[in-house]
Amino acid sequence: MSVLDLSIEDIGHILKRATELENQDPLERDHILAKRRIALLFYESSTRTRTSFELAAKSLGADTTLVSSLSSSIEKGESLKDTGLTLRALGAEAIILRHNSSGAAWLLESETRLPVLNAGDGMHEHPTQALLDLRTMLAHLRPGTETVNEQTLAGVTVMIVGDILHSRVARSNMLLLPRLGAKVILCGPKELLPELAAKAGPGIEIERDFKAALSRSQVVMMLRIQAERLAGLQLDLDEYKQNYQLTGPRLAAYAPQAIVLHPGPIIRGLEITAGVADGFQSAILEQVKNGVAIRMAVVERALTAAQKEGRA
Amino acid sequence: MTALVIRGGQLLDPAAGVDAAKDLLIKDGRVAEIAAPGKLKSANGAEVIDATGLTVTPGLVDIHVHLREPGQGYKETIATGTACAAAGGFTAVAAMPNTKPVNDSVETTRWMLAPERGAQIRVYPVAAATRGSKGEAINDYAALKSAGAVAVSDDGLPILKDGVMREALAAASRVGLCVIQHAEDTRMTQGGCMNLGPASFKLGLRGMPAEAESSLVERDIRLVTELRDARTHLHVAHTSTAAALAAVRQARRNGLRVTCEVAPHHFLLTEDHVGFYNTNAKMCPPLRTAADRDAMIEGILDGVVDAIATDHAPHAVHEKEVEFENAPNGIIGLETSLGLALRWLHKEWKLPMGRVLSLLSAQPAALLGMKGRGTLAVGSFADVLIFDPKAEWTYNALETKSKSRNTPFDGWPMLGKVRWTISEGRIAYTNPA
Repeated sequence: MSVLDLSIEDIGHILKRATELENQDPLERDHILAKRRIALLFYESSTRTRTSFELAAKSLGADTTLVSSLSSSIEKGESLKDTGLTLRALGAEAIILRHNSSGAAWLLESETRLPVLNAGDGMHEHPTQALLDLRTMLAHLRPGTETVNEQTLAGVTVMIVGDILHSRVARSNMLLLPRLGAKVILCGPKELLPELAAKAGPGIEIERDFKAALSRSQVVMMLRIQAERLAGLQLDLDEYKQNYQLTGPRLAAYAPQAIVLHPGPIIRGLEITAGVADGFQSAILEQVKNGVAIRMAVVERALTAAQKEGRA
Repeated sequence: MTALVIRGGQLLDPAAGVDAAKDLLIKDGRVAEIAAPGKLKSANGAEVIDATGLTVTPGLVDIHVHLREPGQGYKETIATGTACAAAGGFTAVAAMPNTKPVNDSVETTRWMLAPERGAQIRVYPVAAATRGSKGEAINDYAALKSAGAVAVSDDGLPILKDGVMREALAAASRVGLCVIQHAEDTRMTQGGCMNLGPASFKLGLRGMPAEAESSLVERDIRLVTELRDARTHLHVAHTSTAAALAAVRQARRNGLRVTCEVAPHHFLLTEDHVGFYNTNAKMCPPLRTAADRDAMIEGILDGVVDAIATDHAPHAVHEKEVEFENAPNGIIGLETSLGLALRWLHKEWKLPMGRVLSLLSAQPAALLGMKGRGTLAVGSFADVLIFDPKAEWTYNALETKSKSRNTPFDGWPMLGKVRWTISEGRIAYTNPA
């Protein structure tokens, strides 16, 4: 549901299982959730999240079925509750939900009483993205780390740049990373980053000056401008690029050691230049790869934590 | 009509300045006689209600409810809404015009008042201030008033345009009606579904800023000032922000006829009650910050708030079982208003019971000019609430008389249990201990 539902111990366990499952013989791994039924319910388009959840579930032997809003009775006006009850009646044991409304995963879980994995709900959260981002950061900054605690990321500053207001990835990361000791700097123009964002939790600050933020950060997380959520907001994209685009020269000048992350999809030439996206500091494709491992761990957790209401 | 005697109770009638053990005789729907216990002169043959140990007070008046008829009888009807009101101790309600169709006509106003609607208590329709509540062309207030409208409002929506609001205030003044404003600058609340602040940011919900309310209240007060007509009466519906209340307070100091109401949820709950997307904590205006909530309490205690009004807004269960941003605004409130007001305003914040009851009856009745209501003086309507002031109980939304049960107060402790509600001499609700 939210990264706040996970204790630090839970997070450590998920990271550990992700590594174990990734290294396990695929034929052996295939038995873990053999023939268990998992529904992927997607109200928004998705490439990475949907595919990696699906591959993760299938890697563990589960049967998956995809229901997307454009090719189902959702188009005819069926409610989320009824869709969930229908999937349950069809034998789904867990539902992976991507939805355009914040809080949709809560609603689905309370109506179906099934474990629901939040694959992104509106502008609220995208918890597995934050977990895979964490795994990517640890691989670079704390290689060999087996467990996590409140100090694991002490001394690490992560900047999140761009459309914070509409970003569920930003929310999940800013609520997760400070719990492991990291400092989070939010960077962006006022229209996309209201002052009150700094009050979302501890360890969060706002720095509007992109270069100043870059010079303090070990991790640079770029976000896409979400045209579909701007709701009439007028934004001067040229000005945005001038102030906040991550370019090769800026990266070289202010953060030559930092790793560059982006949850995707990237818009080359807008928030990030092609050179940086493909450059040696970029860990964008590692993120994608880590997504499968993390999602294997959370799917397993949801279906095996018997009475624990598989939250993730 | 048979006569009715209410015997042995404590009569608490703030408007008449009475707080004493009295017996009441009711005849032909009116209060016929008030006397010391056992001293009624003409009580022979009357039906007797034993009110020993109970408080007898004017029936409650709610100047802001949504009865959903015409058009949305699946949420509530005039019959069920008024049955719910009677169960909450109310004997008169003002019904907002955002029905389907909008009540902007003499025909709809009369339709609502027809006996076939099965109202259990007195209903006062509030007519739309503008045609279709679209905020463009004002209606014929004189005609609506003579059909039975008690005020005009576009509630649910604001009257946004300066010129239209000025015209509405002026036209309403001429016929002696007040304009009830739903103060929400909708240009600032697009897509908003809760108060704008750290909580809305964290939940990923679009917020409604406090300024959307206060700026429109300030605009309206400026218009009242400019009109320079002592008859002009602006009433601010469901006040929810400290800034809006401060503006009302200042207007009153300046001698303007600007009144306001506050709903129980705005003096009891804050944005934190949205919790994890609880659609029963979604209403408009939204639950605000603790500072705003405290300002509402302060305003009630110091008297700037004229009335408690519930904004009773029923919605069917399936309409609230949806994504938070898609859920309709509003909660029911008629059965919890007295219990919450006594439990908190009286017991917790020590507001004398007479003042609590006055905020729930005499003051709202006077505010909208409901003659003969809000008091039990001889000759007034026999609208009586008899309740047990010491009874503590727990609200169970499943037992509601409303057709809907969208309330954040399910399971909340209440003080003061309604035993009888009498509407114009007729027992509209009874629940003897």
